[in-house]
Amino acid sequence: MAYGKYSGFKGLFYKAGGPYHSFSLHRLTAMGIILFVGLHVAASFSMQQVLGTWGTTLNVIYESWWFQILVVFCVLFHTLNGIRIVTLDIWPKLIKYSREAVYLEWAIFIPIYILTVYLIVMKGITGAV
Amino acid sequence: MRPRYVPQRGINLDYLMWLFTRISGLGIVLLALLGLGSAMYMGARLQMDLPTVLRWTFFPNPNHVVNSNIPDVTLGWATAFWQIMQYLILFFAFTHAANGIRMIIEDYIGHTFWQPFVRALIALLWMGMVIVGIYVVLGSAY
Repeated sequence: MAYGKYSGFKGLFYKAGGPYHSFSLHRLTAMGIILFVGLHVAASFSMQQVLGTWGTTLNVIYESWWFQILVVFCVLFHTLNGIRIVTLDIWPKLIKYSREAVYLEWAIFIPIYILTVYLIVMKGITGAV
Repeated sequence: MRPRYVPQRGINLDYLMWLFTRISGLGIVLLALLGLGSAMYMGARLQMDLPTVLRWTFFPNPNHVVNSNIPDVTLGWATAFWQIMQYLILFFAFTHAANGIRMIIEDYIGHTFWQPFVRALIALLWMGMVIVGIYVVLGSAY
């Protein structure tokens, strides 16, 4: 491990707590988005250029309602955490409130995410919101 | 232990990409809000599901959205303005992602023999994605 940067399970008990967990989640959700968007671009390109049916299969998985729950988590968390990072970088005086910034971020994230998941699940199960 | 690599001060690749990551992140957020707002204005409130809204938010391209079977999407936004928005969000997103992947990988492999090869591979993937993106924008039916 170069430079001691670690984002695995041991990090759950690292005493830095909130800001460190958002660092780990930022990386995990980044890789999630890259995997999702990269495969989606490849699959759609293959659909358009008619290279077999694997592109259609992948896109059907992406558009299923249960997969959207994961995609929305990655996109929403990465966005909000990115905004937090940029805000603290632009105004360095705020860094002493970095822990509170993480609490604020979760306070914004959790209601939006729960509402979105509720709507996705209701639509997925019943077919209507 | 190897001696630790200390980042240089001044203008170099690491500083420029640090700055670019912030700017492109904010740029993607603004472009996504523009796409989401426009989709709402042009009918998303009534007839779209979440995947379609996501398609419109992150890549407002006629082919991309027509694949979701929405009627009459080409009327309001088949213009050069939206083509430029598509290029911008593609460039921001792919470059932001390629640099992020480079940072994550280099945190684990460090400055070793493999670093230039990894960088070359990432640059190649980035170029491939940008070319596919330009192809899709230019090849879409307007």
